[in-house]
Amino acid sequence: MIPLSLLLFYIAVFTGGFFIVKRFFAGPKNDFTALKTVTFGDESAVVPARSASVISIVTLFVMWGAFTGSNLLPSFLHVSGPFIGDARFTYTLESPDGTRDDADVLVRVFPFGTEVEEPTIEPGSGFAKNDAVSVSQGRSVTILFDKNDAVTRKEGARIVAVDGKPIPAEGPLEIDAGSITMTGKGALRFAPPLGLQMEPIWLPPPEYVVTRVMETAQDGFRNFTLWEHLGYSLFRVIVGFALGALVGIPLGYAMGLSNWFRGWFDPIVEFMRPIPPLALIPLIIIWFGIGEKGKIILLFLASLWIMAIAARAGVSGVRISKVYAAYSLGASKWQILRHVIIPNSLPDIFTGARVAMGVCWGTVVASELVAAEVGAGMMIIVASKFQQTDIVIMGIILIGIIGFGIDVLMRWAERVLVPWKGKG
Amino acid sequence: MSELKIDNLSMRFDLPNGSSVQALKDVSLTLQSGELMSVLGPSGCGKTTLLNILAGFLAPTEGQVLLNGQKVTGPDAHRGMVFQQGALFEWMSVRDNVSFGPRMAGKAPSDYAEEVDHLLDIVGLKDFKEKAIYELSGGMQQRVALARCLANHPDVILMDEPLGALDALTREKMQSLVLKLWKETGKTIILITHSVEEALLLGERLLVMAPRPGRIHKEYRLPFADAGVGADLREVKKNPEYTQKREEILSMIWDMEEEIMGRTEAAQ
Repeated sequence: MIPLSLLLFYIAVFTGGFFIVKRFFAGPKNDFTALKTVTFGDESAVVPARSASVISIVTLFVMWGAFTGSNLLPSFLHVSGPFIGDARFTYTLESPDGTRDDADVLVRVFPFGTEVEEPTIEPGSGFAKNDAVSVSQGRSVTILFDKNDAVTRKEGARIVAVDGKPIPAEGPLEIDAGSITMTGKGALRFAPPLGLQMEPIWLPPPEYVVTRVMETAQDGFRNFTLWEHLGYSLFRVIVGFALGALVGIPLGYAMGLSNWFRGWFDPIVEFMRPIPPLALIPLIIIWFGIGEKGKIILLFLASLWIMAIAARAGVSGVRISKVYAAYSLGASKWQILRHVIIPNSLPDIFTGARVAMGVCWGTVVASELVAAEVGAGMMIIVASKFQQTDIVIMGIILIGIIGFGIDVLMRWAERVLVPWKGKG
Repeated sequence: MSELKIDNLSMRFDLPNGSSVQALKDVSLTLQSGELMSVLGPSGCGKTTLLNILAGFLAPTEGQVLLNGQKVTGPDAHRGMVFQQGALFEWMSVRDNVSFGPRMAGKAPSDYAEEVDHLLDIVGLKDFKEKAIYELSGGMQQRVALARCLANHPDVILMDEPLGALDALTREKMQSLVLKLWKETGKTIILITHSVEEALLLGERLLVMAPRPGRIHKEYRLPFADAGVGADLREVKKNPEYTQKREEILSMIWDMEEEIMGRTEAAQ
């Protein structure tokens, strides 16, 4: 039921937002697509509606906040939380001689992690006396109702109804205050309503994550600050990628320019390329341990083949007329390599570098998940073992931001350094 | 003065399936310095193969090419080449493209800078010297290719359909430019084209080649290139002799095409 209503809510915001933006906010378009009558099927006329992006992100955060009872949201937007306060119900006790008596139970449900004054209640009349207990929110409590009753379970007394309703043998009895089950020995187990909100152990509210970022930035996690964890991961990626490029690019050039090199390395490259770098982690750990050396060698291998293949493609992609033209202008082989083949291959190499950086970033996090002393992946896997969900979520978000940042940076470098890409 | 001697040239390509294609058979020809020759023929007649052998990109199976008595064994700076398109270096500015030859020869910038500037002025790219190649139109790019070739002072300029990718109007302007450069520089030029009109306009000598095997079918000596220097090419085209020659060559090529078609059909 909850997932379905969530989905319906999401669809409602999606469609509602579309009509509202279209009706009230969409000004007249004055770009070059404005006069196009055919837009369906014309991919160039489809541009991301920025208002949709904003609404989409805000909706995600609102849903996150609503289901975690976030302080950042006004409380009327929260979905129902776990019950807090005094719950009451009445049970009916039957003594062995068949007489019945009612007694009240007061359950004080207090917020998680707070001290509470133990509730008291007047014992009342009859052989069944009133009871009072306290319990933390979201937890259930067993009520040993007969501690103060005149007849006990041992003497054959048993509860026949709660709030006037009999308790089913299987499953709980739902009453106004919560749900009641009878234990095997005839005691009552009361669970106050949980509501729809997630507990922080499953999904912490956004502000917990923000606080955790600041805390971890200041105090660190597992002997290293947040920036050291992220910095080590980045450092491994950069060193591993740089080594991979340093070896892979000349290797690719050699494979693109020499039969012998092509023949020698083709089987190796073609075999190594489809192996996911993650599959190499066990061997790398056996050979080099879990320290920096192993990580950097793994990333070196992850980027090496990608860069070699990109450089080889760059060489084979040179138009033969460019090479012919350079020869008939009197250039030597070295000059052709330096002034024609290398610059001509740069766009391909940049494409390869973007792919390689993405693969390296994914590989470093995964290898840190397996084993590491410091790093973004190590941080989230250790936190998950201690149920520190806020750190896990923080780590995932930061890993995503860094991965995105790397790609943006590579695209920017590509625009600046190879402006002729795709315009040959 | 330079002389290009093509001596009994034959070229056979062996295909992987065991058969072979005779791209050129017994082509002999001599060009004097400063001659402008256009080469015309239906597709598959070996025009481009001939040009690639002259440039030194291919070694002929028989015969040889001599430039000033020296046998051609590979590409070098004596024979410049202008391609249809895509042979410019996008990563260099217009100026760097044109100065490529002198720079590769290790000349100091002071030796070539003035001439490069002058050449760019001649081809009408005064205001585009620092532009990137991909910012230029197709016609401008071919002007750069011409200037780049001239800046290297080749003895012979080989042009492989240099104007083939241009629109009709640009093409006409470029034809005038080629004639002007030919007259001003006095270079030997061999120009391959698909267009009969262009071959008539841009050839003191016009070579019609025939396919299968690629061979010289007929050679003309024409007055139109001389007449066209500095003149309105449309006026030249109105000349009755021009019209008559055009019809003659067109029907000649049509006959060859029909013969090829007939042979193919017969083979099927």
